[in-house]
Amino acid sequence: MSLDKIIVTLASILGIAFTYWFFLGKKEKEIQVSDSVDIVVDGGYTPEAISIPKNRTTKINFIRKDSNSCLEEVILSDFKIKKYLPLNQKITIELTPKKTGKFTYSCAMNMYHGKIIVK
Amino acid sequence: MNQTKKIFSIKGMHCASCVMILERSLKKVEGVSGATVNLSTEKATVTYDPAVVTDEKLSSAVSNVGYEAMVNEEVKTEDEEQKEKQQELKKLKFKVIFSLILGGLILWGGFPGLMKTAPMILQNFWVQLILATPVQFWAGFGFYKATISALKHRTANMDTLVAIGTTVAFAYSAFVTVLPELVAKIGIEAMPYFDTSTVIIGLILLGRYFEAKAKAGTSEAIKKLIGLQAKTARVFRDGKEIDFPINEVIIGDIIRVRPGEKIPVDGIIESGESSIDESMVTGESMPVDKLRGDVVVGATMNKTGAFTFKTTKVGGETMLAQIIKLVQEAQGSKAPIQRLADLVSSYFVPVVLMLAFITFAVWYNWGPAPSLLFALLNTVAVLIIACPCAMGLATPTAIMVGTGKGAEHGILIKDAESLETAHKIKTIIFDKTGTLTKGTPEVTDIIPIGSISKDELLKLAGSIEKGSEHSLAEAIVKAAEEKQFVLSKVEKFQAIPGHGVEGIVDGKRVVFGNKRLMDKENINIGTASDKISEMENNGKTVMIIGADNKLIGLIAVADIIKESAKEGLLALQKLGIEVAMITGDNKRTANAIGHILGIDRILAEVLPDQKEAEVRKIQAEGKVVAMVGDGINDAPALATADVGIAIGSGTDVAIEAADITLINKDLRSVAAAVVLSKKTMRTIRLNLVWAFGYNVILIPVAMGALYPLFGLLLNPIFASVAMATSSISVVANSLLLKRKRII
Repeated sequence: MSLDKIIVTLASILGIAFTYWFFLGKKEKEIQVSDSVDIVVDGGYTPEAISIPKNRTTKINFIRKDSNSCLEEVILSDFKIKKYLPLNQKITIELTPKKTGKFTYSCAMNMYHGKIIVK
Repeated sequence: MNQTKKIFSIKGMHCASCVMILERSLKKVEGVSGATVNLSTEKATVTYDPAVVTDEKLSSAVSNVGYEAMVNEEVKTEDEEQKEKQQELKKLKFKVIFSLILGGLILWGGFPGLMKTAPMILQNFWVQLILATPVQFWAGFGFYKATISALKHRTANMDTLVAIGTTVAFAYSAFVTVLPELVAKIGIEAMPYFDTSTVIIGLILLGRYFEAKAKAGTSEAIKKLIGLQAKTARVFRDGKEIDFPINEVIIGDIIRVRPGEKIPVDGIIESGESSIDESMVTGESMPVDKLRGDVVVGATMNKTGAFTFKTTKVGGETMLAQIIKLVQEAQGSKAPIQRLADLVSSYFVPVVLMLAFITFAVWYNWGPAPSLLFALLNTVAVLIIACPCAMGLATPTAIMVGTGKGAEHGILIKDAESLETAHKIKTIIFDKTGTLTKGTPEVTDIIPIGSISKDELLKLAGSIEKGSEHSLAEAIVKAAEEKQFVLSKVEKFQAIPGHGVEGIVDGKRVVFGNKRLMDKENINIGTASDKISEMENNGKTVMIIGADNKLIGLIAVADIIKESAKEGLLALQKLGIEVAMITGDNKRTANAIGHILGIDRILAEVLPDQKEAEVRKIQAEGKVVAMVGDGINDAPALATADVGIAIGSGTDVAIEAADITLINKDLRSVAAAVVLSKKTMRTIRLNLVWAFGYNVILIPVAMGALYPLFGLLLNPIFASVAMATSSISVVANSLLLKRKRII
């Protein structure tokens, strides 16, 4: 095998390893929320994982800063909520979860994900 | 003085006095020049000087009087949202045209075979570079932006794949254009691929444009429902009749509706009568005649008469608003079938990126010469053909169309899970009273014996029953009153529990009740007993009437079966579903009705609190069970069943307890709901098979799987065509559901 082929092979292996580590090996940071939280919608949801208390109302304010049409709707299917998020506007969703657990939400195309942990 | 207007929601309002309190409190804030609060929309509009008034001041003015202000929430109307979407679509259209024209010119000047016909200027690589650059970085800017912000979150999406794919093609082409000698040195002909990068961007944007247009169609049902709302109402206030905007109508207002006008909100008729077409809201096909005391539903059409009504529900409380809310909630819910797609989509893009690395290495190491070029083009094809969006759209778009279609036919589905479960139903249990039957007994037979006429018999029975409190008596009195008989006075009236009633009417001693009463009175029934048995076997309750110790007639009362029952049950049986009936009635009455309707399984003499246990028993047989009831006393059974179907108006408690509510009260809709579920599921399955199959088959093809055997490779431009079509075809397939017949 010539040198260039060895380099390409190694670079590809490194690329695969990096892709795995970068996208699938990340650890999520969980933010504790008591009353209200602002979630910025820009290439994803920041903060990505929030924990909220059970049986209490928490306000989740989504502010979309990303013009990507993929993100124009947020779907919290476990809570039966689908909201249109106008660009650069605060849209408040109130949740009063009745059971504990991990609930994911996503954009309309199911490409971007966020997590709500009810404790 | 600078003035600003702000609209915000207020929580906790429940009456017109709240409006006054809030307006007063808001106006007291220094710097506020005007404040109006709307009860029905629960929103405040405040005009103020922004230099003096802060959000906190407005918020505390509201909270001081016991309410909550959502001052940070910006309020946007449906129209504004629509406008915003239209503008975005317009921009996208311009980018599509721009990139496809420039891409087309580059393709003409660079594609083997075509280039000979092109003017020399287009064949110049530098000109191609100049044309391709704005497409790559202006029209394709969105892909880069989305990629960068996604990478910040350590996530990747379709934009990432498109951005990387087109950048590879563009960068290689730019390199070839600037340094052709360097490429020639390694034995590769210096040919750029600007056509690939530009046409891919143009086609993917075109796909997005069509997809956005098609997606708007999936939420059409909601828009239609919102559009039904009347704009104004003719309200009596301070002795005058004034046209008010709909959101200023309050509970208790008296509203006039003329022929051909839309009824603005929900209420009860005060005077006048009319025939009302409720089909747009409830799906009920026939116009309904209504008079004083009857309920009218907002957004329905008044046909013939004029009337006034008192409003009972406004704003978010009206039946139409409740229906819209329910449909919106259902469209935001997730069907269990979607879980697999969720799981796949969370790993999809990183896996495709890894496959792209493998493709490059394999083609570079073992591909034919020029291996670098093959490696590059096949890697770009892999990145471009992968389409996670089709998987993401497969289930939600079908659910949106399915629930919307249901709402149009008066079938309200609570969530996607109920819609999914409904197609697996094996047994449907119907509650008898109020569901299969009208629930209020009616006189069915009047049989005079001897010289008395039918009318005289009914008048006599009506007179004596007037004082009775028995439930069947009501049916007889109603029948007599409908004929406008003047009922006679009864003397010495006496109710004999378990037997009937007696008294003196027009000088005659009249007894009215069951056989036991006749035995007690020594009245011989004789040949009438055969007729009595026959009617009882048909589920009727027969009452015997005697005067001066002689039998003079029979009156039968029965709970009438609804017109749509027989057809509705037959439609279910045709779908292979077992039909059961549950009732507290005795076995004979239950069997009689069961026989008329051709019911497969009869559960008689079941007390209300045992209904739930009966549902569980059938579930224990391994069947998916649906329960159909009127929603209030059947609530536990509705909740226990796999699918609870309530027949009632949209405002009832029923809506809470049931998974599906039939606001059209038509029993044929039970079968329609099952058919809708089956058709929606078929659409979802087809979408998923298509979306998964597309990626599973075409990604290996793009990697070059067919090359060793057939020498076939996928041109990246064709990959982009396939990718754009796959999302559109999924949405289009969901839209096809709209055309399917369910009734």
